[in-house]
Parts: sequence; C-alpha cells; structure tokens
Amino acid sequence: MNGLFPTKQHRSHYHHRKSGLLQRLHIDLSLLFLLICLSSIGIIVLMSAGHEDWNLLQRQVTRLGLAFFAMFIMAQIPPHILKMFAPWLFLLGTLLLLGVLFIGDMGKGAQRWLNLGFFRFQPSELLKLATPMMVAWYLAERRLPPSFKHTVIATLFIAIPTVLIAKQPDLGTAILIASSGIAVLFLAGISWRIIFAVAAACGALAPLLWTFFMKAYQKQRVLTFLNPEEDPLGSGYHIIQSKIAIGSGGLDGKGWMHGSQARLEFLPESSTDFIFAVFSEEFGLIGGIALLSIYLLIFMRSIYIATQAQDTFCRLLAGSLSFTFFIYLFVNVGMVTGILPVVGVPLPLVSYGGTSMVTLLIGFGILMSIHTHRKLLSS
Amino acid sequence: MRTHFDLKNSQQESQLFFSRAIILVIFVSLLFFSLIARLAYLQIETHEKYSNLAQNNRVKLSAISPVRGLIFDSQGRVLAENNPSYSLELIPEQIKDLPATIQALREIISISDKEVARFEKRRKRQKRFSSIALRNRLNDKEVATFSAHRHLFPGVDIQARPLRYYPYPELSSHVVGYVGAINEQELKKIDPVKYRASRFIGKTGIEKTYESELHGEVGYQQTENTAQGRAIKVLNHIAPTSGSNLTLNIDIELQKIAYDALGKFNGTVAAIDTQTGALRVLVSKPGFNTNLFARGIDQGSYSALQNSSRRPLFNRSLRGQYPPGSTMKPFLGLAGLDYLTIHPEQKVFCPGYYQLPKQSHKYRDWKKSGHGHTKLHQAIEQSCDVYYYQLAHQLKIDRMHSFLSQFGFGQKSGLDINGEKSGLLPSREWKKRKLNQAWYPGETLIAGIGQGFNLTTPLQLAHATAILANKGTAFKPLLVSKIDQHERSSELSTPIKLNDPKHWDIVIDAMRAVVSGARGTARRINRGAAFEIAGKTGTAQVFSIKQGEKYDEENTSEHLKDHALFIAFAPIEKPQLAIAVIVENGSHGGSIAAPIAREIFDQYIKVQP
Repeated sequence: MNGLFPTKQHRSHYHHRKSGLLQRLHIDLSLLFLLICLSSIGIIVLMSAGHEDWNLLQRQVTRLGLAFFAMFIMAQIPPHILKMFAPWLFLLGTLLLLGVLFIGDMGKGAQRWLNLGFFRFQPSELLKLATPMMVAWYLAERRLPPSFKHTVIATLFIAIPTVLIAKQPDLGTAILIASSGIAVLFLAGISWRIIFAVAAACGALAPLLWTFFMKAYQKQRVLTFLNPEEDPLGSGYHIIQSKIAIGSGGLDGKGWMHGSQARLEFLPESSTDFIFAVFSEEFGLIGGIALLSIYLLIFMRSIYIATQAQDTFCRLLAGSLSFTFFIYLFVNVGMVTGILPVVGVPLPLVSYGGTSMVTLLIGFGILMSIHTHRKLLSS
Repeated sequence: MRTHFDLKNSQQESQLFFSRAIILVIFVSLLFFSLIARLAYLQIETHEKYSNLAQNNRVKLSAISPVRGLIFDSQGRVLAENNPSYSLELIPEQIKDLPATIQALREIISISDKEVARFEKRRKRQKRFSSIALRNRLNDKEVATFSAHRHLFPGVDIQARPLRYYPYPELSSHVVGYVGAINEQELKKIDPVKYRASRFIGKTGIEKTYESELHGEVGYQQTENTAQGRAIKVLNHIAPTSGSNLTLNIDIELQKIAYDALGKFNGTVAAIDTQTGALRVLVSKPGFNTNLFARGIDQGSYSALQNSSRRPLFNRSLRGQYPPGSTMKPFLGLAGLDYLTIHPEQKVFCPGYYQLPKQSHKYRDWKKSGHGHTKLHQAIEQSCDVYYYQLAHQLKIDRMHSFLSQFGFGQKSGLDINGEKSGLLPSREWKKRKLNQAWYPGETLIAGIGQGFNLTTPLQLAHATAILANKGTAFKPLLVSKIDQHERSSELSTPIKLNDPKHWDIVIDAMRAVVSGARGTARRINRGAAFEIAGKTGTAQVFSIKQGEKYDEENTSEHLKDHALFIAFAPIEKPQLAIAVIVENGSHGGSIAAPIAREIFDQYIKVQP
C-alpha cells in the first residue's frame, strides 16, 4: 500500500527525486502496473472466451500496444495545454456528433461512426474525454462551489453530447458521458439541494423519457432486464445464459478454458461485452473479487492522484476520469450479472475491441500527466 | 475577471474537493460491494441451480438405434440384412442461406423437385438442430463428389444409416415380409422409449410377427453439445443391444425351385417337414420386391403393385382360400373307413353321375363315361366322384365335419406369423349361424368332393397331408427354428387315433396308386422317382357349371379356368416332406400341380437322405 499511497514522508522524498527516470517519462508506476495486470488478465480470459483464436488475440495485443503508446504520448502533454484545448476539443466533438447524425454510417442499428475515408471514427469516444475536460475547464475558472447560473451552464455542456449520443442511439456511452460530467459537477461542490432536486426531477421525468426518447430496442432491453425469462430465446437469452455462466462458476470456478457456457457457445458475445461472465465461470467468486479489486485499486490510485493535483482543472478532471472508469466497470458487470439492463458497455481493458480501450488509456495518460507535471510548491 | 480569479480561495476549494472525493470513494465502495454481493448471490446462493442449468445446456442425451436382427434360412443363407445407405442430410439451423445451399447441392448431385418438397415437409415437423435427409441412397460416385465439396457446405453431411435389404425379395416376400417407416398408427402402439431412435418397424411376415425379437434394445449416448447442437465429446455411452438373429425353417433354394416350377402361373406351395413340423417352403407367386418397401416405396410403384391383376401383394399361401376339391378324398376315405360306413372291398357303381333317392338332379362325375364298379382304392387313385357322393351321403355332414376338423381344416394352423386365414369346413351349425339356413342333403354330396362351401388354405392342406403321412401325429407348423442360439421345436398336438390303424395304410396305399398306379391321376410324376410318393390330385372350380353344361377347357378364358391342386408326401415308408400345391387356373392337378411337388421332393429328399 505504501507504494500506492505514499505517506507525507515518502511524498517529499519523491518530489526531491525530480530526475528519476519514470518522472522524466511522466509514468506513474502504480497505475502502469495495475493497468498491465488488468490487460494481461484480459488476454488470458480472451484466450478462453475467443476459443483460442490466435488472430483475435494478436489483434487485441496490437491494440493494447497502440493504446499504451497513446497513453504514454498523452502523459507527456502538460495539463495546462490540455486545459487550453479543452473548449476546442469539445466544440470539435460536438460538431462531429452532429455530423454523425446526418452523414454517419449505420452499424448494428445505431448511427455511431463517422467515415473519414481512410478510417472510421466514433466522435462519442472523443467526447468521453472532451466533456469532463470542458466542464472542468468551465468550472475551474469560477468560484467554487459554483453558482446556480454556472451549474446550469455546465449542465448544458453535459446535456448536449449526452442527448446527441443517446439519439444515435448509444445509451451506454451516453450514460458514461453524463456520469463523467456529473462527477465534475459533484466534485466541484454543487449544493446538495440541487443534487436532491435533480434526482427528484429525474424520477418524475423517467416516464416521459420512456415515452418520447427511448427507441423500441432500448425499451425492449429494459423490459427484458426486468423479466428475462419472458423471452428466453429472444432478447432475454443473453442475460439468462450469462447468469448461468456466472452462477455455475461457483466459489472457485471451473478452471481456465473449462467454462462450458462460453466454450460451447451458449454465451453470446463472450469475448466482447459478456467477457466478465466467462471470467466468472472459469475463476469463480474468488477470481471475480480479485478482478474487481484491481479495478477498485485503479480507482483508488486515480482518485488519490486527483486529490494531489495542484489546480482545480486537474483535480476535477482527474476525479471525473477516476469515477467514470469505475462506472464503466459497474455498468458492464451490473448488466452481465443481471442487475442493470443490457446497454452495451464493454468491460474496460478486458473486453475485445479497440476504440474504447484507446480512449480509456488516453484518460490514464492524462492522469499520469497530471500527477507527473506537478511543480514543487514552496512550502 | 482576473481579480476574481485571483480571489479564488484555493485552500477552501481544495478542502471542498477533498470532502467530495471522500464521498465519491464511499459511493464507489458501495457500488463495489454491491457487485460483490451480487456475485456471491449468483455463485454461492444460487450456484446449484445455475450449475444444473449449465449442465442441461451442455449435455444432450440422444438415443442410438439398435441394429435389427438378421434373418437366415435353414441353410444359413441371409434372407434379411442391414446394408449401409448413404443419405445427404442437412441441419437447417446451421445453414445461413438454405435455398442457395440446396441450389448449390443440386449442381453437384441430382436432387429432384419432389425430394426438395419432401425435405421441406419434413423440416417443418422436425425438432431444431436435427439432421434431415434431402436425398437418400446416394451411390458411391455421389458420395465421393460430395466429399470433395464438403467444405463448401457447412451444416450438410453424408450420413450412413443401415437400411434393410432382402437378397431374395420376390421369393421371401410373403414369409419374411418387410419393414417400413413407422407410421402414425404404429406410433401410438409402440413403446416410445424403445423406439426412440428407430425409423423402421416390421410391416408384414416374420418382420412383423417377430418385431420384438428383431428390434433390439435402444442405446443412449450423452454428449457435450454446443449451442448449435454440435456434439463435441461423448460423456457417457450405453451401447444398444442388437436384435436377435432369426433362423427360419424355410430353405430358400427349395423355395426357389417351387417358385420357378410354378412357371407362368400364379399359385402357392407349402411344404412341411413331416418329422418336425418345420415349414420348408411357403411360396406365394407372384411375389414382389420387398426392398422397395424397405427404402420407402413411391406412390406410383405402390399403385402398380396394388392394381396388378396378378395381385402380387396378396399372400396366397396363408390368406388364399381355395376349394380343396378332390384333395379331400383321402381324408374323407379315412372318415368312411373309421366310421365303418364303407369297407375297403365294397364297390360302388359309377355310371358317370349320382342321384339322390327320389331326386332328379344329377351330380356329375368328372369322367362322363363313369368309372364302373369302384372300390375305395380306385376311387382315390382315379378320383371317382360318384364313390364320394355315395360316401358323403352315408357319412352325413356332421360326421364329416367332426372327422375333418381333426386334420385342421377350417381352423388356423397356428403358424408363427400373423395373417393366416382359417378356411372353411362347413357344418350344419355353421350354416345355421352364418346363413340362417337349414342344411340340404345335396350340399353334403358337394362337400364330399371338396367343393361347395369348403375352403382351405395351402398351408392347411400341407398340414393335413403331414398328419396323414405321420398317421395321426401332428406338429404345429413352425417357421422360426432359432432365435439367436436358442433352438425351438414344433409343438406336438394330440395325435389322431383311428379305430383301426390299418385304415391309414389303406388310404396311403391308394394315394401311392395315384402316383404309381397304371391309371393314377398323377402317374406322370412317377417316372424316374428315386422314392415312392403318395399323392392326390384335385381340381377346384373357379366358376360353377350349370346343370347340363359341360366344362370346356379350350374355350374358357384363362382366369376362369379351374385351379389345379396336388397334395403329396414322400417317401411313403418313412415320410420326410408333405407338400400342397395350388396352381391358379392351372386346370389339371395331375399335369400341372403334381410335377411341381416332384421337383421339390427331388431336391429335398436328395439333400436330406
């Protein structure tokens, strides 16, 4: 624990070692170690979940390499540069989102991709980072806790991308973006009165949301989540098979490569969104707790970095990135274990698939940058 | 604005942030523990339930059909076997574009529209992920062609399934019978567990009667299956038990001799081993290709068989009921002797006809000029009808009925295959019951020459002849001699006791004269015989000749000609085989039916010295 959360003594010692290699490379060893742990576990599970498909593994390893490289590059950019670019990134992202709405490609019934000729790009990924940056940038300039007016304006910054993405429709990403913005607001210290008022209003608005904003397939997902057994071969199939996989894993699991649910193809999307079910079937409750603990440790390390940040922008951004990372995990595991509706959020750094992984690691790159670009304060 | 920024209280903001971060950590911890709690609930609390569900998902129990027992003849020749038949089968759920796949298959293997239609029909009835045949009976070339292209057709494969095959289909059609696909009526009767994997069931003959012996016991296999129903590995295997092999008393070579000897005629032959009751020959001609039925006969071929004027589907040997005609004479002669209504030396004058006292109706003899003074011996040798009119008149119908019943006339012989008809041995009581009419004395006379109401099956005739050859000892005819290694023998029924056993010899001697006497009606078959044959010819009218008319063989159309009958056994001293031959529309027992019996005797008595 000492390595993760250094005491005051250690910290001062740390700051004096300004010429350390990792410091110069702007790498946070604790985070790097935990992230590598997680990615390695991901590869091991993917080997089983992907039916020993070596091409699939190779692609995943390549993407991980790219993503870690992106993280490393990101860590080199000092936070004040990021802050400078925050509104422009947000503006660009929002414009691209509008572009997607009109000229985007359809994929799996949702309009998420923007085809730039040479590569396809999901603007929503950009906004996963640009939104908290924008809100943090805006609030960092104001007196905190923010006034009602500033809270409303910040809320608008959150609402624009959330609504645009929800309309694509990509409910999972919309939830993640909303929670990243809300986290900034919360950490900035908005009053509890507003929090409770908004919570109450949301409860009241939910029926309206259901009637006017949700698409048929989203409603179906929610209904299926409430009663999966009603349609065991249709949309309830994912949840039922996933619960069977996890439940049959028991305390210590069936062993690596021995999960019958995934290996015999009963579990759909076993290498992407439902990979946690494969892991739980093969490694049981013990493995599940261990894996979730790694996520918790990453969160803890990240939030620690946030508390150690030297300006408001960095604090708010780092706190939001930490929280969103854990929300990512919670939504995925919640949906796989059947306590949340299926919304299509991958298990961070473990699920097969590239885009979200790159975004996540860029986020950790920002965290590392925040942590390693601190200046010695005259104490 | 700048001043406002500078006035920000960083210390306070930092404090505020820190307290909010603590709340966030608590919140995240709550989420973390709720996930752990959920996992613990699934993996500890409800683990067993989900374990079972996973097991049910994974393991599929499938039945394996047993191998149907083989059928052999008495010499060990195979009469029914199982040959692999290759069929092209599809699992529709594993095929992305079914119409395109069928189209592509049709380019390499010939598949008719009818077969495609049949496939579509079956597809609607089958369970998901079951293999459905598109084309049956692929030849070797087609199997090779498909195998070379198999990789192009996921979800399509060639399955080898055993198909019943009969090496002697026409010869054995009415004995062995055939199997066919289980139909809906049969489905209601059979044990669904036992037949879980079976596609065929015995429809007729041995195949039907011995179905439970031939079928065997179903086996089971537990396999680990993918969600697509593909078996990955075998977890548990209970092998099926093959059905029992049956050995028949039938000698198929002898059967062939009888079948061929019938020549162009329709007819039937039954031959019984007099020493054991074993049924050696049971021919019904014409037979038909039973393999067509085993493969699944098409409507056209079936209609052709059904509508054929030769009626190949009709089992003449068990279900054909013919008037026995003069073949009844030896038995009635015995009755007369035993009831002492006649004496062997007593003569009856035959003027060519017989008249009942005080009646003008003339009962004709087949020989218009008559046989003159006739004893029983000549009456049998030359088949004198007038002698028998007289005999029957004296015996009366009641005694005729009770005596002839002992020889099995009018009753099923109890052969071990289904479908036998009982024939008809008329009696006063029967006529009253069936027709509600009194018995007329004239009907007794007609019964005396085996006409009128009398009907017998070929099997009954052979059975009665065997009893006569054995001088009263009677075996129940038996087809199956061995079930696997378990030998079976015929039941012995109560022997017939005559008042004087010498009466057997008198009648048998007369039957010897039928074959070897100078005026015997079957004397032509005596030439060159290595053993002595006792026989009796018979002619059964197909339509009746009116009073005053003469049967004109030349001008009677083929299908209205008389049936020719012959019963015989040989050798006389130590009988081995009793035969009954009926040649439909063969006209003359002596010239047409008797030579068939001779050919069988020659073969049989040679092989079993």
